[in-house]
Amino acid sequence: MSQSKMHSEPAVYVYEAPVRIWHWINALAITVLCVTGYFIGVPLPTMPGEANDHFLMGYIRFAHFASGYILAVGFLFRLYWVFAGNHHARQLFLPPFFTREFWKGVLHELRWYAFIEKEPHKYVGHNPLAVMAMHIVMVWGLLFMIITGFALYGEGIGMGSWQYEWFSGWVIELFGQSQDVHTWHRLCTWLVICFVIMHVYLAIREDIVSRQSMISTMISGWRMFRDDSKAKDDADHGGSIMTTFVGSLMSSFRSGRSRTKADDIR
Amino acid sequence: MTETFYEVMRRQGITRRSFLKYCSLTAAALGLGPSFAPKIAHAMETKPRIPVLWLHGMECTCCSESFIRSAHPLAKDVILSMVSLDYDDTLMAAAGHQAEAIITETIEKYDGNYILAVEGNPSYNQEGMSCIIAGKPFHEQLTHVAKHCKIIISWGSCASYGCVQAASPNPTGATPVHKVIHDKPIIKVPGCPPIAEVMTAVIAYMVTFERLPELDRQGRPKMFYSQRIHDKCYRRPHFDAGQFVESWDDEAARKGYCLYKVGCKGPTTYNACSTIRWNEGTSFPIQAGHGCIGCSEDGFWDKGSWYARLTDIKQFGIESNADKVGGTAAAVVGAATAAHMAATAINRASKKENSV
Ligand code: HEM
Ligand code: SF4
Repeated sequence: MSQSKMHSEPAVYVYEAPVRIWHWINALAITVLCVTGYFIGVPLPTMPGEANDHFLMGYIRFAHFASGYILAVGFLFRLYWVFAGNHHARQLFLPPFFTREFWKGVLHELRWYAFIEKEPHKYVGHNPLAVMAMHIVMVWGLLFMIITGFALYGEGIGMGSWQYEWFSGWVIELFGQSQDVHTWHRLCTWLVICFVIMHVYLAIREDIVSRQSMISTMISGWRMFRDDSKAKDDADHGGSIMTTFVGSLMSSFRSGRSRTKADDIR
Repeated sequence: MTETFYEVMRRQGITRRSFLKYCSLTAAALGLGPSFAPKIAHAMETKPRIPVLWLHGMECTCCSESFIRSAHPLAKDVILSMVSLDYDDTLMAAAGHQAEAIITETIEKYDGNYILAVEGNPSYNQEGMSCIIAGKPFHEQLTHVAKHCKIIISWGSCASYGCVQAASPNPTGATPVHKVIHDKPIIKVPGCPPIAEVMTAVIAYMVTFERLPELDRQGRPKMFYSQRIHDKCYRRPHFDAGQFVESWDDEAARKGYCLYKVGCKGPTTYNACSTIRWNEGTSFPIQAGHGCIGCSEDGFWDKGSWYARLTDIKQFGIESNADKVGGTAAAVVGAATAAHMAATAINRASKKENSV
């Protein structure tokens, strides 16, 4: 076996440019939305002086609505990309919730994060637990925020506006009144914040301790691997059980980059 | 043949000149253009008066109190000239059997052609014992009179949404009118009470055009309930500037800053208080220095303090709001993340040691 094979770090092109651009724009929009949204409900201390000297609340709300639009347009675009993009673009929106394999993967990831599993699985796309969390918060959570957000926005624009006709009317009727829409819009904000905390932490953590690159992948689109074993979710990558075994055996001889103990034993 | 509005007004000694002035004023109160004044005049001259039966269920009579203070048009004009208010147990002279006979008579004479105005709501728990009219539970009277009416006006938040007697845990089983009557057009005029001019204008509109005004999805007349208090509040510049009353009697309160932080519900309340105001346009709560309590919105009693911006979420306990629930969740997640980070570091360090 050649030396180069032993050191090979196979890379797969996972995230196409539109997905990556969406990711970072989304991240920025959500950050702005969470911060400005927080201060819409619990405003900053009072500004002294004349009312016409300031427009603080106005600017905060403007930033919120502008990023709200960006989020919504991005979401629509991303929906389109589910169909136009590669199969990794579909993962977030159409997770395989009805397969045993998926739930076994979720269980494995939970055990891995609980330090029970010594060895993480390797995935070209997202791991199943990540898929589940992202699907719930980034698809349904964001959809909820966009719908309730535009419902609140339509109230200010007024009856007759498309925002009011499309969103405010039925949403307010559904919740009973506008106040509960505010409350749930705010409650779901905290869900988004919880997700962001975990997402950022786990992306960095996996980048360091797992078997694939994370952060650089969302920048370049290429997923790098620490070894050339077969990934759980990739049919055309890797090979037979034998080569998988050999691959991981090879990788255990690698030096330099961080390894787990399990790597070394193998 | 019933008299027309105009005939009644002339009989009351009202000159034609004042009659026309009254028509213009009504058109203005309805938010209609000047060209509508002659239409109103024409309707008044030709149409017979519409009888109104005004029933009272569980309520505090604040709707009636508000109604009789209407300045434009005067309640006197509405009652005497525009509608024939045949039955209203708080306003009419008749009492007892005499009063109840009026209901039977009106139903016989005007079957399917009178307006039913409901103030308050029926009780359904304890077999309706919490509200007895003429010896029977109010819900019997309501369903009976509703069966023969043309349209129903739900006066105030009681009839529209339930109001205080329907607030959790609703011991009397108070139920708003639209949840009891399903086969008649219902117009909701919520508020605790509704603004007098709004009440009279709604009646004026219906007798003039013989149809309901345009309603929103919740059944409220758009002409008065299409905007929030916040949209036309005169303190709005202070809101946009970020100038708030932080606590009662602070400097900002004296300066008349926005009451958002002390719980003003203007941003979520649809009503006309900030434009029409109260008591002949004298003032309204925010002008008097108190935040809006949202009295014309569904369930405003059950949303926690009137003095807190973030409202209670009952599902998570009485005193929780979005920030308490969500903030706790975020703190737990944050702490768990930090702990996990530490555990990962220790885990890796020990593995490195072992593998050396
Ligand atoms: C991740 C997405 C979003 C987050 C985290 C978020 C967060 C928030 C928060 C915390 C509030 C304050 C709620 C309160 O206390 O009453 C708020 C209000 C609001 N949001 Fe969002 N929001 C998001 C998306 C949107 C979108 C897409 C729109 C649509 C343009 C939108 C429009 C509004 C409006 C109109 C208000 C009410 C402003 C006011 O009352 O002055 N939001 N948002
Ligand atoms: S006082 Fe109330 S209604 Fe007026 S601007 Fe402030 S929050 Fe809005």
